[in-house]
Amino acid sequence: MQSLTARILARASGKSKVEPGEVVIANVDKIVLTDATGPMAVDILEKLGVRLTHPADVYIFLDHYSPSPSISASNIHIRLRKFAKAYRVPNLFDVGEGISHQIMVEGIVRPGEVVVGADSHTTQYGALAAFATGVGSSEAAYAMVMKKLWFKVPEPLFIKLTGSLPPYASGKDVILSILSTLGPDGANYRALEFLGPGLKSLSMSERLTIANMSVEGGAKNAIFPLDDIVIGYFEELGISLDLERLGYLKEPAIDKFDYTVDLSTIEPMVAKPHNPANSVPVSEVEGVKIDVAFIASCANGKYEDLVVASRILKGRKVSKDVRLIVTPASKRVLVKALQDGLIQILLEAGAIVTPPGCGACFGANLGVVGDYEVAISSTTRNFTGRMGSPKAQVYLASPATVAASAIEGCIADPRRYLR
Amino acid sequence: MDLKLIEGEVKVLGDNIDTDVILPGRYLIYTDPEELGKHALEGLDPDLPTQLKGKIIVAGRNFGCGSSREHAVLALIGAGVKAIVAESFARIFYRNSINRGLLVIEAPGIKDKVKDGDKIVIDLERSCISLPSGECFHFRPIGEEVIQIIEMGGLIEKLKRELGLM
Repeated sequence: MQSLTARILARASGKSKVEPGEVVIANVDKIVLTDATGPMAVDILEKLGVRLTHPADVYIFLDHYSPSPSISASNIHIRLRKFAKAYRVPNLFDVGEGISHQIMVEGIVRPGEVVVGADSHTTQYGALAAFATGVGSSEAAYAMVMKKLWFKVPEPLFIKLTGSLPPYASGKDVILSILSTLGPDGANYRALEFLGPGLKSLSMSERLTIANMSVEGGAKNAIFPLDDIVIGYFEELGISLDLERLGYLKEPAIDKFDYTVDLSTIEPMVAKPHNPANSVPVSEVEGVKIDVAFIASCANGKYEDLVVASRILKGRKVSKDVRLIVTPASKRVLVKALQDGLIQILLEAGAIVTPPGCGACFGANLGVVGDYEVAISSTTRNFTGRMGSPKAQVYLASPATVAASAIEGCIADPRRYLR
Repeated sequence: MDLKLIEGEVKVLGDNIDTDVILPGRYLIYTDPEELGKHALEGLDPDLPTQLKGKIIVAGRNFGCGSSREHAVLALIGAGVKAIVAESFARIFYRNSINRGLLVIEAPGIKDKVKDGDKIVIDLERSCISLPSGECFHFRPIGEEVIQIIEMGGLIEKLKRELGLM
């Protein structure tokens, strides 16, 4: 039985069937550029002096430096705005709109599409049963002109999900647990395909986090099948899918799985410095004193993440020795959280709420971590120096674990707050 | 680039050489390969940038892991690296290398076969690396499409041809 990834790549390259290892030239539906790697792609296009044939399929996001913290970042923004005008790219999301990966899943990416982004966390869109992967700047430029790109069809890595995710655990805990098994290159080049009866207990929010961080194991892409949860997600966005045409994205029958994950056994996990694969159950690091806590990023700055954080923080206070910085992933997330009273709860608990963007995850602004500081963060990566000082220690965890830790001033088990 | 036979002196590196070690973030302000080359692998050893001219890097697992920055590839090209042979590559780095015309070869087991300063020859037609011992170390053939991109000098050179710009 063919993997979901192979099925999408076969259709995109006009073939009836493709095999893992085969190189195909596939049509690309959408291309994502950000203010971090976009300028190099823009350089290439301007030097070539070519027009874009499909400018409406290019999406430019000013999200890594949002709003700009420096003159050089401001100049990059000026350059990208000028480029969008000159090349008639209608979809430029300016500072304050939010993170590319969040906005792309708020109604832009559709199931079955091939999407490339000049950013490694592009894998996130696989939660919507799309093929999405990170590329370099040259490839982004090439795809912007030709609307196609070469891909080696990845070998699938089938993960069977069984059981039901407990209410105190989240998608972050699932992916950190999987990464601790796979290691930092255990999924290199592979397509992580999440299947099995456990899917029913994974909401779209959890799936997005899992697909996003699959790249931390080296995965080329991650993908979930088209099921009722995906269909319901699009319905909520007011988008009706052509289910007959998309029938090939339904869960394939797989005889042999590479791994089985029993979701009912997942407990709160924490990734120790300096790799997301360096994950352990929270009990092993409980009590580690923290200076700063972040609820942010494409992986975990979603509305649902703010809901769980507010639930824990309601009527409680952030420890006086800790800064809790909350950066919603998009303006849409921020507005909804504001309307539903979540922002007020967070502020009253002592959190700092920033404008949407990549924020501290990228180490550029909105709470850069200093020398010898210890952080607990719901963000994507904890590489040395990623969030600021190379001397800092960054622990990754779910928004629930981050919120509980912010209250206690040290790494804490969120189960005490989620009964 | 003529890819029939590539000859060079070996520089051996370890596992998980990440893009921050290859080119620290503070140099992302440059895009010129020569300028970037002055800092190639400086995160590993400050003397390395000047020792890479004409070298073939032989590395361990997961070479180039981390960010999608293409600057890392440009730095190695700028420093004069002829090719990289590794046990395995991180995928975005692998693609960026090909797209910038830098030959990258996956050859599991190669690391134990060579040491610093060895002269090796990469033969793409036979998919083999000639070792100083005279032994031929085989690797999985690289696809025609990929060789074509490298021969043209990278993805953008290919694009120029496809668009009739040269």
